Amino acid sequence: MALTVTPVEQAMLDGAQGPGVAMAMRVVTGLARVRGAARLVEIGSAHIDGCLYHGQVGLDFATRLRDLGARVTVPTTLNVGSLDLLHPGLVRGDTPEQREVLGAGRALMDAYVALGARPTWTCAPYQFDARPAFGEHVAWAESNAIAFCNSVLGARTDRYGDFLDICAAVTGRAPYAGLHTDEARLGDVLIDCTTIPDHVLRLDLSMPLLGYLVGSVVGTRNPVLIGLSGDVTEDGLKAFGAAAASSGGVAMFHVVGVTPEAPDLESAFGTREPAECINITADDLVRARHELTTATGDRLDVVSVGTPHASLDEIATLARLLDHGSSIAPHVDFYLSTGRSVLAEAERLGHVRALEASGIRIVVDTCTYVTSILRPDARVAMTNSGKWAHYAPGNLGVGVVLAGLSECVESARAGRVLIDDNLLR
Amino acid sequence: MPLIAVPLHGGSARGEVLRLAAPLSFWGGTDHDGLIIDAHHPQHGLSVTGRVLVMASGRGSSSSSYVLAEQLRRGTGPAAIVLAESDAIIALGVMVADELYGIATPVVQVAPGDLAALTTGLTVTVAADGERGVAQISPCPSSVQ
Repeated sequence: MALTVTPVEQAMLDGAQGPGVAMAMRVVTGLARVRGAARLVEIGSAHIDGCLYHGQVGLDFATRLRDLGARVTVPTTLNVGSLDLLHPGLVRGDTPEQREVLGAGRALMDAYVALGARPTWTCAPYQFDARPAFGEHVAWAESNAIAFCNSVLGARTDRYGDFLDICAAVTGRAPYAGLHTDEARLGDVLIDCTTIPDHVLRLDLSMPLLGYLVGSVVGTRNPVLIGLSGDVTEDGLKAFGAAAASSGGVAMFHVVGVTPEAPDLESAFGTREPAECINITADDLVRARHELTTATGDRLDVVSVGTPHASLDEIATLARLLDHGSSIAPHVDFYLSTGRSVLAEAERLGHVRALEASGIRIVVDTCTYVTSILRPDARVAMTNSGKWAHYAPGNLGVGVVLAGLSECVESARAGRVLIDDNLLR
Repeated sequence: MPLIAVPLHGGSARGEVLRLAAPLSFWGGTDHDGLIIDAHHPQHGLSVTGRVLVMASGRGSSSSSYVLAEQLRRGTGPAAIVLAESDAIIALGVMVADELYGIATPVVQVAPGDLAALTTGLTVTVAADGERGVAQISPCPSSVQ
């Protein structure tokens, strides 16, 4: 199928809006051709993941666009960078590699701000900074943000990543393909959770485990979940989507009766028949916890919560859990990652003082698994995130224990791993 | 006889074929030096540098575009990529290296049945013309037995 562009888009390609816009448009149309798109679609906002430093090419790309005079033309939020700009010294600069990340990582963050993006530095822009409307076309990058945007908000983005994200923000266009189209948003696989007891589904621990299992089974197909009650929270859906996007490649999921494109089973599948039907039981959740938990024994060095970035509700819950009882064991570093907008609100509500008094280290603008924050001799880390548990062993070389938020607090106090699988039965 | 292919990115290159037995994710699956570091990949430990990389499809994270572009910048990337399925992540990484550094790495798509003809060790030329929409893969005379 040949790509047709509008006169305005052709003028961008021809340089009418400057060489930076022309470069961005070459990338957008080049990708549209590879994706087989017949046209481009105008977008209402963009979320950029290219601001995390992985090598010189990322910095070269952003500074080239900036130097050619490009600016974003739609509201644009930024995902995490390599540094915590509000807490200097938190990210380590002990080795030459770490110092390169501190220097070039900062330059990369600055370049994206110079391109006109908002310095939100969060993987959960949907909590506070940007909530695209139902049905709106956007260009979002970062797998958890993509899954949340499509599934929970009902806005439409394909799986975008580094480079294309900023080019879409500059041109205000994306290829009309993939999850922008009605057909690609329908369900593929039915996931039956009806045998899992309600009291188990209400645990915060259950959602990352369910997401991990579903992602492992469906890969990049769209799962449709039944058996979850209407009181599942946005935090639960965030944890589910992030885990499913990590273990599989889920960018769109439906929870019947909960998510906006699935008021009922018929809407979720449209005219399709489910390609597969899969039952998930409480025993499967226990098995998933054991698969994600790579550490053995009860040693505990680090607790990290807030991947994706913690919401205001999660911060309030953590503050409440820490309010009564003993303090955190001195040898355990307890990190909470969140966005700077959410942190400002939590500060206003008085939660932050309570957390800091309990010894919690707050991380913003970045995340504990993508940059050097943990102390080098940390061997075992506990997390409430399926995504963190999936990536941290490879990224950081630590053993991981997946646990609920209250298990994280109890273990941090005891100074050793305390988990109970009976919670899930 | 040359194989007819569909160009996903234009360029011309000559190199020795490395045919992968399984899809490869550049992110997490290869390092900046072009080595296959995915411990689960059957060709773990081999290098993609300068090779005509042949695989049925790409796999995995959109950060693979970044890793591939960084390899091409460092001169540790493949000379050409031959796929049986269109792959936007691979095409994007190659597009970026071309925009920034003028490195035109051909990426082409062939019919799945044609992959078997591209055996590891064969020296081939891959020529892709994105403008005209034509591409072909020709064995080099020196490598014909």
